[in-house]
Amino acid sequence: MTTVALKPATMAQALTRALRDAMTADPTVHVMGEDVGTLGGVFRVTDGLAKEFGEDRVTDTPLAEAGILGTAVGMAMYGLRPVVEMQFDAFAYPAFEQLISHVARMRNRTRGAMPLPITIRVPYGGGIGGVEHHSDSSEAYYMATPGLHVVTPATVADAYGLLRAAIASDDPVVFLEPKRLYWSKDTWNPEEPQGVEPIGRAVVRRTGRSATLITYGPSVPVCLEAAEAATAEGWDLEVVDLRSLVPFDDETVAASVRRTGRAVVVHESGSYGGPGGEIAARVTERCFHHLEAPVLRVAGFDIPYPPPMLERHHLPGVDRILDAVGRLQWEAEN
Amino acid sequence: MTVMEQRGAYRPTPPPAWQPRTDPAPLLPDALPYRVLGTDAAADVDPALLRRLYAELVRGRRYNTQATALTKQGRLAVYPSSTGQEACEVAAALVLEERDWLFPSYRDTLAAVARGLDPVQALTLLRGDWHTGYDPHEHRVAPLCTPLATQLPHAVGLAHAARLKGDDVVALALVGDGGTSEGDFHEALNFAAVWQAPVVFLVQNNGFAISVPLAKQTAAPSLAHKAVGYGMPGRLVDGNDAAAVHQVLTEAVAHARAGGGPTLVEAVTYRIDAHTNADDATRYRGEGEVETWRAHDPIALLEHELTERGLLDEDGIRAAQEAAEAMAADLRARMNQDPVLDPMDLFAHVYAEPTPQLREQQALLKAELAAEEEGAHR
Repeated sequence: MTTVALKPATMAQALTRALRDAMTADPTVHVMGEDVGTLGGVFRVTDGLAKEFGEDRVTDTPLAEAGILGTAVGMAMYGLRPVVEMQFDAFAYPAFEQLISHVARMRNRTRGAMPLPITIRVPYGGGIGGVEHHSDSSEAYYMATPGLHVVTPATVADAYGLLRAAIASDDPVVFLEPKRLYWSKDTWNPEEPQGVEPIGRAVVRRTGRSATLITYGPSVPVCLEAAEAATAEGWDLEVVDLRSLVPFDDETVAASVRRTGRAVVVHESGSYGGPGGEIAARVTERCFHHLEAPVLRVAGFDIPYPPPMLERHHLPGVDRILDAVGRLQWEAEN
Repeated sequence: MTVMEQRGAYRPTPPPAWQPRTDPAPLLPDALPYRVLGTDAAADVDPALLRRLYAELVRGRRYNTQATALTKQGRLAVYPSSTGQEACEVAAALVLEERDWLFPSYRDTLAAVARGLDPVQALTLLRGDWHTGYDPHEHRVAPLCTPLATQLPHAVGLAHAARLKGDDVVALALVGDGGTSEGDFHEALNFAAVWQAPVVFLVQNNGFAISVPLAKQTAAPSLAHKAVGYGMPGRLVDGNDAAAVHQVLTEAVAHARAGGGPTLVEAVTYRIDAHTNADDATRYRGEGEVETWRAHDPIALLEHELTERGLLDEDGIRAAQEAAEAMAADLRARMNQDPVLDPMDLFAHVYAEPTPQLREQQALLKAELAAEEEGAHR
């Protein structure tokens, strides 16, 4: 096995490395999906794996998402650890019945006798100029389904560490890959041994005193950029990267908001019925007496994902985040 | 410029490499459902097998009537009876080796019981006590599946995984005629054929999907014909002829085990009872039709064959009935005991480790239960 020394590495390369290491460590790990074999995936995340591990373990399936996930259920029943790829966010919808009616509840309905260690990789979110059905942020659907873990990395190191943890998990994990960050680079060194990152812990990406930006996945770099820009206004923003939407790290989030007294939740998916509402409610329940202002949301509009030429108006950007932070100040002063 | 206009400049190229398969004939089902009982083929069937099928059918019928009675006493939330379909249920269970897997739908409790599952455990879902009352690995019976046809891809995946591991395990999946209209039916058959997975699909065509008759379900010549489009053999069998269903399934299982890939078997049968106790079947079918099928009863067919050939006498019939009655009495007695449930189990099996959010809710319920307990003692 060869690992190519690349400094810095991309998130896509870290994911490939995670899959390769997991398959090497555990012969029951199988990768399957449309185009994952010979082509190496449309985002090249499975590049080279079919050649290395053979078609029996890296399988190009028929083009059928319910079939991909449904057969993965049977494979998991027989002791394998399938890692399935749903090529794009909106392509996963045909598999929802399998996901919700079987994957999420098999452990529960069998009283623990039949856990399903399946990892479902879903490239998600916008910002890559994709046409219709290629840019959805579908995390709220997954979050609303008990029995699933929902994980989304924002850094190259987390992409590796969290995917390893997802594959090792005895429960099904929806692993949301922010496709806009596939080519983001980091000083992550693929030649060094890499750590596994436990699922369920948020991390403070930037410390600050004025307010907390609570975010995840593709919005993390945007929030970090906003925090840098905010220093010009004299604001010192803290940025919390959730990394895991289920389970939710209430402690890290609440501790941050108690320190800063103000919070904005930032994500790409729509705000109505979206993750931000849940997060804002949790923060309010835990930090009400520490809050100087209402918890605000900066989210995508409540519209079907827009065509690529208009998506920049939809995606939460630095200015919209700074406007919200400004409103926190106003609420505090009046 | 159109293709027609550029004819002079057009240079023919060889046809693409791919050509449609030209030999679908071996995949096609027979024109009429295959039968054994009452034909010359019956003489070739092992008498011991016929007697065993008979005993299981009688027991299965009694199981159906007992479970139906339990719904009337409120002991079961619902029971989808398989009365009239016992030949399919029993044959499906008996053709499998111990290492094989059965994938039942909600109407197939009897198949699970015939495979050796405790009748009370098999009724857990329908009793409303818990969703699956047994460890699927113990008897290699997947949980009874309520959504239609969604267990079929599971059967394919399991069979495929077993083959990858080098185990000669076969999966047999049960589905109704209505289930063949679902997308998962299509995807399962397609995956099975492409992967040459050792799986057998048994469609119990019992005439109706709740109230919708087969004619409104499909325009296919038969449900077995659907196999051809996937590149697997389709077999059509009289679903009330236990010997015929057993034989066709045995062949399909052997074919799969030998690496021949999947088979789709359509068993033509009839649901004598309503869809469930909540359904009024008189709204969509006449008593005349039901009577015609009663005259083609799976138990009567086999009993006639056995008695004609001197393989069964009054004592044998009585012995089968007594064994069935003993099973029913035991089932009744055990179902009349109230199950002891632990509400804290609600949180125990959502994840391997409860999330912090679930722990909070667990604590809430625990406090509520403690308050209830205190109230009871006050």
